Amino acid sequence: MSRFVDIHTRVLVQGLGKVGQFHSDRAIAYGTNMVGAVHPGRGGSHHRFEGESDASGVPGRPARYAVDLPVYDTVREAVAATGANASVIYVPPAGAADAIMEAAEAGIPLIVCITEGIPVQDMVRAKRYLQGKATRLIGPNCPGVITPQQCKIGIMPGYIHRPGRVGVVSRSGTLTYEAVKQLSDVGLGQTTAVGIGGDPVNGTNFVDVLAEFQADPETEAVILIGEIGGSAEEDAAAWIEKHMTKPVAGFIAGTTAPPGKRMGHAGAIISGGQGTAAEKIAALEAAGVVVAPTPTDMAAAVQQAMRQAGIL
Amino acid sequence: MKIHEYQAKALLAARGIAVPQGRMATSPAEAEAAVRPLIEATGVPVVVVKSQIHAGGRGKGRFVEHPDLGGVNVVLEGRAGDVAAAEARVLALAERMLGSTLVTVQTGPEGKLVQRLYVEQGIDIERELYVSVVLDRSVGRNVVMASTEGGTEIEEVAAATPEKIVREEVDPAVGLAGFQARRLAFALGLQGEAFARGVAFLTALERAASDLDADMVEINPLVVTGAGEVLALDAKVSIDQNALFRHADVVALRDLSEEDPAEVEASNYGLSFIKLEGSIGCLVNGAGLAMSTMDIIQHVGGSPANFLDVGGGATTENVTAAFKIITRDPNVKGIFVNIFGGIMRCDTIANGVVAAVRDVGLGVPLVVRLEGTNVELGREIIEGAGIPGLVSASDMKDGARKIVELTR
Repeated sequence: MSRFVDIHTRVLVQGLGKVGQFHSDRAIAYGTNMVGAVHPGRGGSHHRFEGESDASGVPGRPARYAVDLPVYDTVREAVAATGANASVIYVPPAGAADAIMEAAEAGIPLIVCITEGIPVQDMVRAKRYLQGKATRLIGPNCPGVITPQQCKIGIMPGYIHRPGRVGVVSRSGTLTYEAVKQLSDVGLGQTTAVGIGGDPVNGTNFVDVLAEFQADPETEAVILIGEIGGSAEEDAAAWIEKHMTKPVAGFIAGTTAPPGKRMGHAGAIISGGQGTAAEKIAALEAAGVVVAPTPTDMAAAVQQAMRQAGIL
Repeated sequence: MKIHEYQAKALLAARGIAVPQGRMATSPAEAEAAVRPLIEATGVPVVVVKSQIHAGGRGKGRFVEHPDLGGVNVVLEGRAGDVAAAEARVLALAERMLGSTLVTVQTGPEGKLVQRLYVEQGIDIERELYVSVVLDRSVGRNVVMASTEGGTEIEEVAAATPEKIVREEVDPAVGLAGFQARRLAFALGLQGEAFARGVAFLTALERAASDLDADMVEINPLVVTGAGEVLALDAKVSIDQNALFRHADVVALRDLSEEDPAEVEASNYGLSFIKLEGSIGCLVNGAGLAMSTMDIIQHVGGSPANFLDVGGGATTENVTAAFKIITRDPNVKGIFVNIFGGIMRCDTIANGVVAAVRDVGLGVPLVVRLEGTNVELGREIIEGAGIPGLVSASDMKDGARKIVELTR
């Protein structure tokens, strides 16, 4: 049983443009239970997805799939008609924060926002809107969340994942894929991989995901992948020291990043001397996290942490 | 996006924030011509000539060409009523400042070329304070920060006397509440007329920051004049890149001459590029992977020449453009292409690299590491192209070691 998504998760997609169509197709091919789409103005229609099933996805499915996904004008209608309990957002930046609020208002418990480039103040308002609602937002500007062979929500390549023992949480998409592939290659696999996104204002942070992994009986170890900017890694280190009994490995990107420059991600910036990789690595190591010296060593760091804990 | 002080002040003034009067000049003649109307309009015989560059510390900065000259100069010659003397002095200053290179603590040793001046009315400063509106990432909200220690870098105040910084967190549904603005104004020690003006200033400043989608609005110093006015003597505003689509007026303020030409060109292709000082060019997909590619190059003894994220939706054309931007840098002694294909397919990257090499030629060693979606296809394309000097790598560390060895 996974903490975020599993075989029973009923997924809605918001934004059925080119990107939303492509990744919905990949998700259906993987076996994700996609139940509907929201695209204002296209309500009442159906969108057909068909092709060859992704062999790395949910087992026991036919070799081909053909789905006529019902499209709705509003999230509220879609939820009423489908019973969706998760939504993935591919709406372009100008409307993405609104899409998050619409999903929250409709009572969706899990919202995964993939969109990159949302104005910060839009996210400030959306985050305020989510306060007091029983909705978890993952992202924005993230690859999504996957529980291997059960449910893939987002843009990650499914085939690198294997069901297994390690929880993955990361601010970076491609570094998540690096970690996931290494964990699959060494036979450890993943329970769930969560991308929390590279934006300065996001819904779910390291601490939230660590708490879920700590509570999940199937997750035996965790790898946390951070980067320069903000203090989410330091907060995570403090939480790990206090509450985490499972072994944790880590990696921090941006040791060589110059101060004052945004390194691709809106949130990856050292400002006023704060948010450096060195500070984050020191905080994590002080909390007992095995920090990988390079991304190539991420699975090795997990193995080392698990050995130290006597579970490998 | 960064803008100049004079532009920031115009944006703020349009939103009800008190700023001194001034005129921008791009030539000595324009600077001279600004003096008389300014003195007549304000009744203040003193003017200040301020260098406009995208960096702070201008007052204490010095020109490379004129080591005796600072970046901000007060002209007192008009005090005896002699406007012509003030004009002559401004002309002489502008002739030396414009076209010269100003080095400040924020420009780095190479400095920045001054191409614009701001001629501003002199202010009778009684107190120098500090106020800013910035995002507090830990709570996902703006905070208004204020301090009585104006004129000093806020980082220095935070390090030396953190108790002198007061903060109010802004609820986006409400804005800066009246009681919060009053608390800040009390903390700043404002009294009488200045108190009411300070409250109005702070309220308008927070609203402007939110309306403008500002990453940061910093007023340092915020001054109280002898007459009890509250004015933004300096203003630093930077606007959220992601929100520019709804601020056409701000986009028009962009000064491309303040930006690195290669970074500008890269952004036109949707590439995220930052120039660095090292010798190994990097072409990577994903911000985290691009950062850690730089790190791993340094880890194995090399130095990265750039950060370059081609993003998730790059085409062969984008990759070709990226390759050209990297190879144009004369410091680049080798290139490391490091791709983990997720959405970005390895064959797209491979086609881009091959097209670019055929187009611009390859004068330096090239190491390519491909992994992820369509990796076999990508490797076939790369190997089938028969590019001399191209080396494949099995993983990131292997690739970093190879390119560092090849460029030694």
